[in-house]
Amino acid sequence: MGIEFRRVTKTYPDGTRAVGDFSLVVPSHSLTVLLGSSGSGKTTLLRMVNRMVDPTSGQVLIDDADVAAEAPVALRRRIGYVMQHSGLLPHRRVIDNVATVPRLNGASRREARERAAELLAVVGLDPSLGSRYPGQLSGGQQQRVGVARALAGDPNILLMDEPFGSVDPLVRIELQRELKRIHTELRKTIIFVTHDIDEALTLGDQIVVLRPGGEIAQTGAPPEIVENPRDDFVAQFLGVAGGRRSLRATVRDDGGLSISDSTGRPLGILEALPSKAPGSLPGG
Amino acid sequence: MDWILLNLPLIADLTFAHLALCIPAILLAAAVSLPVAVVANRLRPVREVLVSGTGLLYAVPSLPLFVVLPVVIGTGVRDPLNVVVALAIYGTALMVRSAADGLDAVSADARTAATAQGYSRWGRFWAVDLPLAGPALLAGLRVVSVSTISLVSVSAVIGVQSLGSLFTDGFQRGIVPSIMSGLVMTAVLAVGLDRLLVLAGRVCMPWSAAREAPGR
Repeated sequence: MGIEFRRVTKTYPDGTRAVGDFSLVVPSHSLTVLLGSSGSGKTTLLRMVNRMVDPTSGQVLIDDADVAAEAPVALRRRIGYVMQHSGLLPHRRVIDNVATVPRLNGASRREARERAAELLAVVGLDPSLGSRYPGQLSGGQQQRVGVARALAGDPNILLMDEPFGSVDPLVRIELQRELKRIHTELRKTIIFVTHDIDEALTLGDQIVVLRPGGEIAQTGAPPEIVENPRDDFVAQFLGVAGGRRSLRATVRDDGGLSISDSTGRPLGILEALPSKAPGSLPGG
Repeated sequence: MDWILLNLPLIADLTFAHLALCIPAILLAAAVSLPVAVVANRLRPVREVLVSGTGLLYAVPSLPLFVVLPVVIGTGVRDPLNVVVALAIYGTALMVRSAADGLDAVSADARTAATAQGYSRWGRFWAVDLPLAGPALLAGLRVVSVSTISLVSVSAVIGVQSLGSLFTDGFQRGIVPSIMSGLVMTAVLAVGLDRLLVLAGRVCMPWSAAREAPGR
């Protein structure tokens, strides 16, 4: 299920321009990351897909059909949406939160709950948590429930708005890994919004770096962007300009190479060199 | 004590009469406040006018209200309906602000998420906004309930029977136990109804208590 932004703009009534002339093709089954700091219009762009925001001009198409032609409520029920602070309904049990969309689509309570229990397992949660209220779960668990809820209607498209932004780094890494697995297994088309460059490099098949005002600075696969930032803005954003991505190796006493960035911040250990590595490198 | 024992049936009758005036008034106040609060929140520019305006109704003195109401709603001077309507007006005055604020305070995240899942505007109101405003609405209702139970006594002045009749009779005929029993029964009703509302809240909103309990 491909998504296309065709020259969309968004200007709010007070004159603020959130998005200016934005065009992008999100291929079917890909995971595309919209990467930008606050004010880059990334959430606005995301919400144009399920019509929580309507563009001032231009079109958003899903499989070549303009979303503007579809009723927003019906459209949203076939597109999964995950947000930063899980947005779970505090007055519903976890299982019923996940069952929301199937229930809205007319499934019986029993069918919807069976489906919800399956999805809790898919996102790596013990189904026994289903009878809890969201407030009784940890932040990471809540985000997993948020993902399960978004998947419950079996949507082809998943919109994720900084979904792991408010959980601690260890949990975030685990959630990212789970998302990769889910993406590989379920082949949804995912648009993922984040301001975290490492998250973007971890997850994205395609990364779209946004400038303030919703303009594209660069689009490409993670290696392309790291190796060839198109301009200073992208380089700065990635940390290429600041030396965060210029790595340096020093020989360790007990073998291998210790890697740090150009400011001397230690990053890790290099365990193996590619077979084509120049023979002049010391150590190994 | 003798007076009380001799007049137990009277006290019981007046207690029921009191409740029969209070409960419809409280329900009516809630039924009117909620839509007013919803409209106030939807019509942002006039919100403060609506909310403060209804709040000012509380300042209307009750005796003139009892004189005017029969003319306005076409009832007899001693019709209990006058009392119910008057008390509902005071109840509404108390409840509109808490209802409007309660509905306004529903978490924006929950609302956004509900919209994103595909709730229609009204579907979201019933499934999300209203239940999440529940604790605030209940708090408002408890104030209305206590206030109404004590205000109903005024009805005795215009000849509608309630626990207030124990005060008027007691004063006129110098029977202290009559006044005392009126006081005690009013307090008992106020506390009893309040407990009942809290209990109903626990049953209808188990999540509200669960949220405070420690997780895992």
